[in-house]
Amino acid sequence: MLRILAFLLAAVWLPTGWASANAYDFPIDNKFLATVVGTPPEYRAELPKKIPLKHRSITIFEDREVPEAFFFDAKLRYSRALQKGPAPLVFLIAGTGAAYNGGKNVNMARAFYQAGFHVVSISSPTYMNFIVAASRSGVPGHTVEDAEDIYRVMETIWDTLKDRIEVTDFYVTGYSLGGFNAAFVTWLDETKQTFNFRKALLINPPVRLYSSISLLDRMLENIPGGVDNFPLFYNRLVEHLTRVYKTSDTVDISEDFLYQAFEAVNPDNEELAALIGVSFRISSANMAYTTDLMTDFGYIKPKNITMTKNSSPGEYNRVAHHLGFTDFYHVYFYPYQKAKNPSLTRSELINAMSLSSIEDYLRSAEKIEVMHNMDDIILEPGDIDFFPRVFGDRAKIYPRGGHCGNMDFRDNVTHMVNVFSK
Amino acid sequence: MKTACKQLQRYLLLLVAVLALGACSTAPVQQGDAVIEPSFSADRVLDDDVTYLSDDISDPWEGFNRSMYRFNYRFDKYVFLPVVNGYKAITPDFLEQGIHNFFLNLEDITTFFNSILQLSGTKTVQTTGRFLVNTTVGLLGFIDVASMIDIPKHDEDFGQTLGYWGVGNGPYLVLPILGPSNVRDGVGRGVDWAVLTAIQDELDIKESERWALAVMKAIDTRANVAFRYYETGTPFEYDWVRLLYTTKRKMDIEK
Repeated sequence: MLRILAFLLAAVWLPTGWASANAYDFPIDNKFLATVVGTPPEYRAELPKKIPLKHRSITIFEDREVPEAFFFDAKLRYSRALQKGPAPLVFLIAGTGAAYNGGKNVNMARAFYQAGFHVVSISSPTYMNFIVAASRSGVPGHTVEDAEDIYRVMETIWDTLKDRIEVTDFYVTGYSLGGFNAAFVTWLDETKQTFNFRKALLINPPVRLYSSISLLDRMLENIPGGVDNFPLFYNRLVEHLTRVYKTSDTVDISEDFLYQAFEAVNPDNEELAALIGVSFRISSANMAYTTDLMTDFGYIKPKNITMTKNSSPGEYNRVAHHLGFTDFYHVYFYPYQKAKNPSLTRSELINAMSLSSIEDYLRSAEKIEVMHNMDDIILEPGDIDFFPRVFGDRAKIYPRGGHCGNMDFRDNVTHMVNVFSK
Repeated sequence: MKTACKQLQRYLLLLVAVLALGACSTAPVQQGDAVIEPSFSADRVLDDDVTYLSDDISDPWEGFNRSMYRFNYRFDKYVFLPVVNGYKAITPDFLEQGIHNFFLNLEDITTFFNSILQLSGTKTVQTTGRFLVNTTVGLLGFIDVASMIDIPKHDEDFGQTLGYWGVGNGPYLVLPILGPSNVRDGVGRGVDWAVLTAIQDELDIKESERWALAVMKAIDTRANVAFRYYETGTPFEYDWVRLLYTTKRKMDIEK
């Protein structure tokens, strides 16, 4: 079942035979395709299949009252892979709406474990389980508050580990929004100093959150006929898949099958952009509805209605998927922040939610490095220049890869590990 | 053994009855007389003439289904997964794969007779070939020799056979332990099970061995499904699972 969801979430792979004369031979030139299908298997770094990855859950707030409908999410789930002897420890932070055990985090865990690190993986502060179990306010999206929440989670997990393992140095990394979070976590660490991170690596972070969420919301316009036509889009997608499925030798919607399907269907740029839009829309709907139930803000669910553990979200589900990140930003997030700080203007908040807000720190923080792509689709034109301008040589910008599409590519994995090993 | 079987049946019936009678409502609880208008109400945001994916899926027993879904989560968490994890921990990987192959081979019996019922010569011949090769050369199915020599594997069941002959899904149904289904596929499972039981009768397989097989098969099946209840990161998980199950079955019937 989840395989199909995974397809919808665009986590599939496509082999392409294009070779490049370039020194950097990541094989996919199309930024949308790279974002959707990632790195073809034969181009991926070789990583151990099995590492001692343990899934755990932990209470972050002793006094947390979880809404009845989310009874299953009271504890925060995370994973760890520990070395036997003394070793450096790296924290991984997942991207928008992603879990600690999503594909990208698992591959990074393999790479760092192989390189001799203890690895602890954490979900994104925008992930449902994190919002319910580990967000102090229950409202994700604020750079500093999210960083404080992540930091608390790291400290709580570290408390359970410090008597069991020996850690030589601490590191932090994350991709997409997780990379953005990692910057603020490192900044916060300068005052809190629990970890004194030796290095941080930001992978494909946004520069300004608001720009990126606007771009992602607009991607849904690529659904022919607009977002109201989603059922038609979905049904067409299923028809395509079925056509390939019928003639394939497999009885599973497996990775290999999706791979075949992508080659056979050969989606165009609009369809790819629509898929990316859908994937982020699902994240936005999950996040908005979850935080709405956490705070009783009255965003989608009326304030005086309580969802029981058996309640059907029904229309709230439809409304949630109808709304985008920018709706959340203007109608929930801004009023919520303004209530705490009455003089806050809309543009002040937008400017504060960006890497520029700590630009001076980032410029001088030798410990922070960046790995990014020239053609990342979550950046406005010209935004990529922010990184070389602020980080100088500490920013490694690859010519291709789209948004996080090259994270499993050999060169990129080598670079990731090298940043922390040197 | 027969009394144990009857007791279990009685227990399951009771369980179903309790779940059906208890927590059946899917309505949220409202305080006060009037609903306080949210920022984005359905009236304001949604057009009446738009169709939704869930419109095609009938779920009149949603209250029962949601209760059963939660029961399955708890069963998974406190019984099924601990057993599966124990099994995985003590069984060497090659043996685990062998046992998995063994049950996949037995499933080919179900695929075989349903391929006939769907009038598919190719599937029938290939499945027969697979079963013969794997049962003999593949040592009762422990080694999947048929796949090594590229005989395609099919997966047909009586639910799909009914679908092939034009029977609709019927209402969505969450089965105890087995999970998402619908009335057609639920009936299909019953028929497939009855056929296998008749074969076991023919082979004079003892009751205790049947139980052992059934339990082992359940563990093997669960060990090979990555899905974890309430870990998909969406507050709309029940709805997603319902949609994706229905979609996957539609694809299976067409294949």
